[in-house]
Amino acid sequence: MFDDLRDLYQEVIFDHNRNPRNFRVMENADRKVEGFNPLCGDRLTLFLKINGDVIEEASFQGSGCAISTASVSLMTEIIKGKTEAEAEELFKQFHEMTTGKDEHFNLEAIGKLAVLAGVREYPARVKCATLAWHTLDAALKNEQQSISTE
Amino acid sequence: MTGFDVNKIRQDFPILAEKIRNKPLVYLDNAATCHKPQTVIDSIVHLYSHDYANVHRGVHTLSVRSTDLFESARTKVKNFINASSDKEIIFVKGATEAINLVAQTYGKANIHSGDEIIITAMEHHSNIVPWQMLCEQTGAILKVAPINLQGELIYEEFEKLLNDKTKLVSVVHMSNALGTINPVKQIIAAAHARNIPVLLDGAQAIPHMSVDVQDLDCDFYVFSGHKLYGPTGVGVLYGKQTLLEAMPPYQGGGDMIRKVTFEETEYNTLPYKFEAGTPDIAGVIGLGAAIDYLNAIGMDNIAAYEAELLAYATEKALAIKGLRIIGEAEHKGAILSFVLDKIHPHDIGTMLDSLGIAIRAGHHCAMPVMDFYEVPATARASFAMYNTKAEIDVLMNGITSLIEVFG
Repeated sequence: MFDDLRDLYQEVIFDHNRNPRNFRVMENADRKVEGFNPLCGDRLTLFLKINGDVIEEASFQGSGCAISTASVSLMTEIIKGKTEAEAEELFKQFHEMTTGKDEHFNLEAIGKLAVLAGVREYPARVKCATLAWHTLDAALKNEQQSISTE
Repeated sequence: MTGFDVNKIRQDFPILAEKIRNKPLVYLDNAATCHKPQTVIDSIVHLYSHDYANVHRGVHTLSVRSTDLFESARTKVKNFINASSDKEIIFVKGATEAINLVAQTYGKANIHSGDEIIITAMEHHSNIVPWQMLCEQTGAILKVAPINLQGELIYEEFEKLLNDKTKLVSVVHMSNALGTINPVKQIIAAAHARNIPVLLDGAQAIPHMSVDVQDLDCDFYVFSGHKLYGPTGVGVLYGKQTLLEAMPPYQGGGDMIRKVTFEETEYNTLPYKFEAGTPDIAGVIGLGAAIDYLNAIGMDNIAAYEAELLAYATEKALAIKGLRIIGEAEHKGAILSFVLDKIHPHDIGTMLDSLGIAIRAGHHCAMPVMDFYEVPATARASFAMYNTKAEIDVLMNGITSLIEVFG
């Protein structure tokens, strides 16, 4: 019945929505930033544990749609063990993948995140996918205040 | 219901023949804005093709024609809500501007530091923020009457808020997020017993029921044209003439003046005092055409048909496991807000869109209502006179299927 949506709602997304990874409060987090999308009410808190310039652990709490939950869940998996610079580069690639006009993003670097490429056809849903990454960006820049997609 | 024929009505709305993602459009976002009958579209095309010029200005033929059409639309609005005079009908951009106008003119002149304004917990942002701005400017205090879990105003709590400091009551006639229809006559009577004027936000109520401002005895009534099958960009502020006369003007400019020198300006009479600048001429004339269309069908017929639709939709929705209706007031208009277990409203919106179904997913410009129900957002199906039970079946089948897909 929802054949048209197969590119947007891939099974991986349903899976991460049902069972989000790293979904917990991190007590001794080095960075903690809240992300908010006022248009739909999606809200998440991202926790990072950083050692030197390596992201040792990432977790989140919050509520949102399947796209935003899957996006943040996948993100916490992929950034674990990456340096801050590598995570920033991923953010750039992800942004390019979801909003860019050409498919110039590095598919290899993006790995599993490619399941979210479908949002580029749904302008109203792009922010659902990018909220996690904007929050990460703020956390890496050590901005303590909450960030908003608007 | 004499002569109410939904299939005939549907023929009058060209957009209803549109295909969305290769499926017939099922448009259930009428509380956001509703579609326009051919007669409204034609009235605008005809105006620009044959009769258009600026109003209240020239002596030339087209200006006279435009002015006549414009002023006859004002009379249509007056009759539609049973105001006592054309002077009580002020054309504005929409309900939002009308509330801002009252806040910045009546409010600034009559509401001072320590005074109180009462609203309810189910207001749209447009009936919250203009009063917060006024309170910031004057030092007045905003009081909020609470609602219960059904989404009804707790009337006794509202009544307790009325006191000698209350200078205005501003409440929604019908809630856009919950569908609740407020006991406005009772509210007005209680406020008037203390000489407190009442503004009714009629943006949602006006397309669903007959509104008689004299019978209600409200002091101000506001609504938008685009929710009443008319064009965007035009709305109405109704005010009792004595109140409007005493109010300072809102914006300065052309049309709202009688005489201007560099030393002083003499303001125009009602309603022009509040209509500075060239108005939305086509919008006003289109709104007049919408009212003609509605009168031919009859607001009471529309209300009866929509009550049937809502009862049908509610019954079907309650049969879906995991669906919770937000807003179950006893007295309710044709709005069905709901949430699904573990499925975010935005996913519901995208999924249903792929089936050609347009609903609203979000906070409906009523974030305090979402906070009250502890949900980030709701999905909302809102009905109009051109919707059918068959469309409600399409919606409910869509919801059932997407619940399966999400697992």
